[in-house]
This record gives sequence, C-alpha cells and structure tokens, in this order.
Amino acid sequence: MYAIDHSDLGTPPATSAESVTLEIDGSTVTVPAGTSVMRAAALAGAAIPKLCATDSLKAFGSCRLCLVEIEGRKGFPASCTTQVAPGMKVRTQSPRLEGLRRGVVELYVSDHPLDCDGCPANGHCELQDAAAATGVTRSRYAPGATQRGVTPDVSNPYFDFNPDLCIVCSRCVRACDEIQGTLALTIEGRGFHSRVSASEHQPFLASECVSCGACVEACPTAALIEKTLVTLGAPAKAVATTCGYCGVGCSLEAEVKDSTVVRMVPNRAGHANQGHACVKGRFAWGYATHKDRVLKPMIRERITDPWREVGWDEAIGHAAREFRRIQQKYGRNAVGGITSSRCTNEETFLVQKLVRAALLTNNVDTCARVCHSPTGYGLKHTLGESAGTQAFTSVMKADVVMVIGANPTDGHPVFASQLKRRLRQGAKLIVVDPRAIDLVKTPHIEAAAHLQLRPGTNVAVINALAHVVVTEGLAKEEYALARCEPDSWRQWKEFIADARHSPEATESVTGVPAARVREAARLYAAGPNSAIYYGLGVTEHSQGTTMVMGIANLAMATGNLGREGVGVNPLRGQNNVQGSCDMGSFPHEFSGYRHVSDAATRGLFESAWDVTLADEPGLRIPNMFEAALDGSFKGMYIQGEDFVQSDPNTHHVAAALSAMECVVVQDLFLIETARYAHVLLPGSSFLEKDGTFTNAERRISRVRKVMEPLAGLADWEVTMRLAEALGYPMRYSHPSEIMDEIARLTPTFRGVTYEKLDRLGSIQWPCNDAAPEGTPTMHVGNFVRGKGRFYRTEYVATSERSTSRYPLLLTTGRVLFQYNVGTQTRRTKNLAWQKEDRLEIHPDDAETRGIRDGDLVGVASRAGEIVVRATLTRRVARGVVYTTFHFPESGVNLVTTENSDWATNCPEYKVTAVEVVKVAQPESWRARAQAERDARAARATPVG
Amino acid sequence: MDVQRLVAMANDIAAFFAAEPDPAAAAEQVAIHLKKFWEPRMREQIRRHAQAGGAGLSALALQGVKRLA
Repeated sequence: MYAIDHSDLGTPPATSAESVTLEIDGSTVTVPAGTSVMRAAALAGAAIPKLCATDSLKAFGSCRLCLVEIEGRKGFPASCTTQVAPGMKVRTQSPRLEGLRRGVVELYVSDHPLDCDGCPANGHCELQDAAAATGVTRSRYAPGATQRGVTPDVSNPYFDFNPDLCIVCSRCVRACDEIQGTLALTIEGRGFHSRVSASEHQPFLASECVSCGACVEACPTAALIEKTLVTLGAPAKAVATTCGYCGVGCSLEAEVKDSTVVRMVPNRAGHANQGHACVKGRFAWGYATHKDRVLKPMIRERITDPWREVGWDEAIGHAAREFRRIQQKYGRNAVGGITSSRCTNEETFLVQKLVRAALLTNNVDTCARVCHSPTGYGLKHTLGESAGTQAFTSVMKADVVMVIGANPTDGHPVFASQLKRRLRQGAKLIVVDPRAIDLVKTPHIEAAAHLQLRPGTNVAVINALAHVVVTEGLAKEEYALARCEPDSWRQWKEFIADARHSPEATESVTGVPAARVREAARLYAAGPNSAIYYGLGVTEHSQGTTMVMGIANLAMATGNLGREGVGVNPLRGQNNVQGSCDMGSFPHEFSGYRHVSDAATRGLFESAWDVTLADEPGLRIPNMFEAALDGSFKGMYIQGEDFVQSDPNTHHVAAALSAMECVVVQDLFLIETARYAHVLLPGSSFLEKDGTFTNAERRISRVRKVMEPLAGLADWEVTMRLAEALGYPMRYSHPSEIMDEIARLTPTFRGVTYEKLDRLGSIQWPCNDAAPEGTPTMHVGNFVRGKGRFYRTEYVATSERSTSRYPLLLTTGRVLFQYNVGTQTRRTKNLAWQKEDRLEIHPDDAETRGIRDGDLVGVASRAGEIVVRATLTRRVARGVVYTTFHFPESGVNLVTTENSDWATNCPEYKVTAVEVVKVAQPESWRARAQAERDARAARATPVG
Repeated sequence: MDVQRLVAMANDIAAFFAAEPDPAAAAEQVAIHLKKFWEPRMREQIRRHAQAGGAGLSALALQGVKRLA
C-alpha cells in the first residue's frame, strides 16, 4: 500500500524495441510490443480497476476485476495478462463490464471489514478504490468471515499482518518471490480458508522472512502494514534520498509528516535498487532519533576526565587551538584527519581539504583503508581506474557469475535479489568462499561450483583458475593482445602456466579439489558473459591487492571486460566507500586518484585553495597509530569512524589513541573511540543534510535533507567551522557549491552538478564532456590506462597460520540484520533478529572441545582473547571458525592481528589463528582477558 | 615507529615484486612503491635501518630500500 499515491500502471513495462498500435476506448495508443492491455490503457488515461495487479510484479490474472472487451474475441479477457496486438480494439467500460466488476468487488467485500474510517489504509486502500470505481458500498453475499477473529501477527518489529484485512491477492507472495527472491511466503488453504503464511505457519519473525518489506509495499489493503504508519498516521510528503547503509546505495523515499519520518520506501525510479530495499534501508532508520544521540558538543582536558557540555564555538575553538599547539610543539605532521564512508562526498572532500589546506599535511586517510583500499590499488594498476566496471543491472546479462569472498544476501541484499533473479533465469554460479554462504544453495538456486578454500589462500585459487584458462587454451588471446600490453600478457601467460600454479599443485594448500577448480575455470571461461563480484573476503588479506590483480588478470585473459554482463565488481561495504576514495581521502592522492607528487595536479589545487600543498604522501591509519605510539603523532580529527571497534588489534589502537593529546571525534553517538577523545562534535545522520553518496557502481546519488540537524549543524558545516577556527575560512552556503568545486578539480566529476543529478536521478562517473550523462560500463573499447596490464601474482602464504597452540582459522563477516560496528543497527529493532555476535564452529571441531550449541566459548589468538556464544554449523569447514563484529561487548577485534595487505595496509581481518575453548566461568575468563589487555596496553605506553 | 613493523611491511612489499624476473627491476619497483606510499619519516627510518645493516630485511627489500634517496 502506498501512503502517498503514485501512478501504478498495473504491469511492468515491456522492453521490446518494436511498437504496437491499438485502439483503446476509441483512442489510438502506441506501446512497445509485449505490453499488457492494462498498462496500455493506463498509459492512454483509461485506468482499469485492478486488485492483484501492480506494475512491480508480473501479471497474475487472479482477481478478475480488470476484465475488458476486445473486438473479435470471445468473453472478457483479463487486461493484465492479455498483451496488446496490432489493430486490437479494446473497450474498458461497458454496462456488462461494470456488472461483472461489481460482482467481483462484492465477493471481495463480503470477506472484508467495511469500517474503513478506522482503518490506517483509509484513502489509500486499493479495495476501497475498486469499490468506489464500481459503486459498491455493501455486498449481497453472505460474509465469508473465516478470517475474522484470527489474531493478527505482530511478531515482526516493523510491520503487522492482519488476516482479517487480507484479500488473498497473492501480491505479497509474488513480491517475496519476484522482487526479494526469498520465497518465504505462500498461500495455504483454499477458498475462504486461504491465508498468507510465512514459512510453515510461523510468525513472521520466526520464519524465513528477511523483513525486506516488499510484501508490505505490495499489499493493496492494510493487511500488511508498517507499525509506524499506524501509530504516526499518513505522511504528508515524500523526499527522495539515498540509503545510509551498504554500498548498493538504494534510492529511497522518506515519507514525512511534520519533519518526522513515518516510513521509508524504495524509490520506484531508483537506478541502483530498481524499487527494492532491505530490512536496514527500509526499516532500520530509528537510530537517527535515538535517545543516545549526542546533541551537545563536549570537551575535556584528559580522557580520564568527565565530559563537559559546551557550545559549538567553544568546542571547535578548543579543537583548533589544540591542533595548532600540537603542530607548533611537535611539527606540522603531528596531526591528521580521517574521513568517513558514512558521510557524503561533499563532507569527505571538505575534511581532506581541511587536512591538506588548513593543517598543511597529507595525513588524511579514510575507513576504506580497512576494507577496499586493495581494490583501488589493484584495479588502478591493472585496468587504470580505482573502481568497479559495471552497473548493477549488468548482472542481468551475465551467463556465469563468480562470487568471491562476498555474501551478498547478507551484506548487499538488494543486489543479491537482482542476482538471484538472474540465477533463477539460468545463469551459472561459482562461489569462492570458506563458508557455505546462502547463495551456495537456496530455493531454486544451487551453485555450479563452490570452491570452499582455506582462509588465506585466495591467490592460490585465482592463479589455479587462470592456470587452467591458459594451459587448456581457454584464454581470449586475440582480446588480450589487442586490449592489453602484449609484453605483460606474454610474461604473465608464461608465469601462470607454470605447473606450481596448477589446481593439482595448489590443492594441498587451498583445500579445494583440483577437479572442482578445473570445472569452475572452464565454466567461467566459457561464459560467454562471465562476471566477477567480490567483497572483503578478497581485500582483507595480506595479499588483498594481489588477489584483486589476480581477478583483473583472469577477466582480461578471458575477455570479460568492456561490455554489459561481464566485469570486475567490488561490492563496497559502506554506502560511500567509493565516494570517500574518489574524493581524495587517501594520504597519497587528491580527488580523482592523482598522486600528490604530481606537480601539475598539485598546482591546480594550490591555485584553487590558495595555499602551498605538501608533495609527499601522508600517514595511513595504521601508520598514524604507530606514530602515535612513538610520540610523533598527537592530534586527530575523526569524522564518523569508530577505530576502537572496527580496526584490528584493539589494544594497540587504544594504546595509540591514549597516547595522543587531542582526539576530536565527530559522530552521532558516544562510540567506543570517543572513550579516547578530548573533543566530541555531534554528527548528523543522512536524514539531516544535503549531499551525495557514490555507490559500488560509481553511481552518484543525491542525499536530501528530511529534517533539520538535531544538533544544529550538518557535518559539512562543522568541518567548515573548524577550518575557519584554524584560520582557513571555507565559504560554502550549500553542499551543491562543494560539488561544483569537486567538479572543477576532478576530471571524472567534471560534468556533475546537482541540477543534472536532479534531472537524471543519478550519474555514474566518469561524467565529463566525453560522457555528459555518465558511464554505466567502463573500459569499453579501451582500458582507462590505455592498455590493460597483467601482473604476476605469486601466492605468498600469510604468516598467520594455524599452529598447535592456535589450530583454528578465524574469519569475520557480517549478518543481514546488523551493519558494520552496529552503531546504527544496534539502536534499532533489528536486535529482534540478532542481539549478539556468535561464533560459527563446525560440529566436529566443537565436539572435540566439548562445545555445544549456545555455549559460551573463549576465542584466543596471539593478539588477545574474547568470549562469545557458539553456533554449531556445517556452513564452516572443519578447522575454520567465523564470527561477526557488530557488538562492542564481544570485542572481536581484540583477537585480530596487525597483519595487513602488502600494498595498502588493509588489515588481514579474514585470517586469524585461534583456539576455541568452552568457558565454564565467563566472568572470570573475561576478567583475565581484560587484565591481559591492560597489561599489553601498559607495555605499549608511548614515549615523549 | 616500531622498526620491526616497518621491516615486516617492506618485506611484504618485496615479496610481491619478487615475481619480477629481473632483480634490478624488482628492487626499483620496491623503491617506487616506498616513495609513492610511505610517509617520509617511515622512509627515513627504514633507510637508516638499512644503512645499519638492515637486520630482518629480505635481500630484495634491502635492495629496494637502498635505492631510496
């Protein structure tokens, strides 16, 4: 049900290039072939009553309300399931049709309450509309009444299901099938006993339902309805904006009543999400107004002091004076700043500008350091651009999809729904992952190959796949020679053909049977359109960059770049990871990935910013911590990042932050890192500001202010005020002016303006004179770097190996209902699904340790110890354990180590050698773990 | 900074470029990487460490570090 009405054309658009002309109610209409009569009529302005039809779902033809008359045809065909034909003459209104429709509506009404005034759907109910259209106010038929008195299912924290209001149109079931792809709903029973059922007679919360809300949106009545719509009432307006969670970057419409968000619905015109959303984007926005929000700036002299609330001027003035004092005492490079992938492009651009131009250092980095920095390095060097190559819709033209180190159904659910649609159409799936992720086997989908490798052996596997391609003659030699550097191709071919890379030689290392690798390689090479999608399971390794290069090598060798249906596609973790990287957040490069040592580029920025800029790379995040511990790095401005929870080796991070003299945290909440801060500047959520996010497909989308900043200032305004206090005034009256500056200084953004974004809906960069409306597919014809370059990707085993003391390998990830460090989702009702981190362990490994499902277990590595609860599952192989890092109380990153990617220092979250033991007395165990952490922190006490 | 950490990082970089068949070219690649991505105080520290014998540095890493101006 739509709280704010929109034009529903009844059935989805047809995609045929051919046109058909017909006559509807005497008017001539021309539509694409394959269009339904219902849609054609709606386009012609002759709306036909309907109940089971909606334009987001395939025609179903069950309600029999949309009957029409067609000249020369017998009976009254349903207009939703009847396609247009040349010369067809359709009549949508006649006394006979009116009578038939009235009878249908009366039957529906006989089993539906008529007290519309008290119904939250009043005014927006499609049954109500149908009754009005047919003049039905009561029914001649005896009440069916079988659903009356059935207790509504209110188990889901976000929506209710009231069977009494259900007309069994199956729209919810079809939405779960066609849009979400979970198939959690069905219609059970017959006749008046027909009823929507989640899984098998289960409450929605306990069922397989993933709470994406597609069913709620599809419901034509109030049978499925958001709780907020019931409690807050109908919204007055909708504001199109972009989701603040994952890298899919769904376009959403915030439906608002008096500056209060009543509900969030996916934008049906959204390019990234195609009218869909997940449980986080659609429902989990309550954190924005959570009571834990910090709304007053605070300062303190020492991190052991209590916080003192102050005004904005005092807090910002204090931070600025401290930064200047530190620079005077310890040198210009003793301070730095961190941009956030949860903030807008404009905000990250301003933070790096503040660091470079006001603090005059290149010590700026971003949280992408700990997730996708290897993507930037690897793709820039091989293909020429630090970004994914395709639009999400490209997957609908893929014949083979290889998912490596990603779990889209949990991490990128809306893309996963699209991927599942393609797989159910027949595309083949290869999964490369230590865990049996949901995609490996889910209703109507089964991976053709699951390469269940040992954590840390990605490069050995990608090399083995490439070895098969080259040695079995499956490579696209012509493509490689034409599109890539011939020398690099020949040298790489010789390198990869060596027997040490063969599946047989690497089997003992990777744990993947050689035959399965060969089968997967042949499948990928055969395509004809093969696409790779990957996640942090690729990047967060000591060889993360090597693996990204290995992926690019494989795609180039098989000709799978430069057109739709193929490509190399990093699934970015947070909503603006791509954007924060694009905006010059890394210490060695300006926006558009141009190195600070490049005099021409630096001159451009110096001219625009009226300042002399440093020409040497600055410190990366882990370097900053090291420098803090040696006493040469003392001040840090952190916008929207929680190092203490998210970064590896927590005690090391805490010791480093403790050693600093001025840590400024700008965030929505008193996050873990705020425990080490001297200044707390309130942040603003995505609902409280204007700006743009750039998603994993390089799509720039508008973020629009829905409510005023709760603390009075948007994040970009706070950065501006800080810059001014530092003596470097910035003059922007609106984020659009910041984007104008970005466009002036960044070739790939040259054609981007807010006006164009509003007009087009979104833009995929590069957007410039050569591509004024953006670039959905990259590397068409030529690679951005000219010729693609193959790199030799030797497998180098990580130093983090299982030993007799630490015999298991821990890998980490995320679940659908929580997000990243949980700062946002832990403050929503998503806790109903998951309220703690759990350790997945194979039943055999559990048995040898006397561990049962649900037991508290201690997890120890060489870095630290934690206590979590165990879940026994065969999703993980023997010797591998897995957990999430959403909850600070579990402190998962206490056990992860300082190992990192060779090129980028992206942490090796995905491989930690651990031992797991059953914990009899968790409190004493935790106390011991804490004592050890304290001791280590003391040992790491800084000098100076 | 902890020089042992820098040594480990330099060795990791060298391990990647060791795939380059020409040792001189590999050492040059290590040096280029250090110049492009390491902050000057890190480069200076590893350079001094190399001058003092370079304990813990792999042969290629040492060659690369020695190329830092």
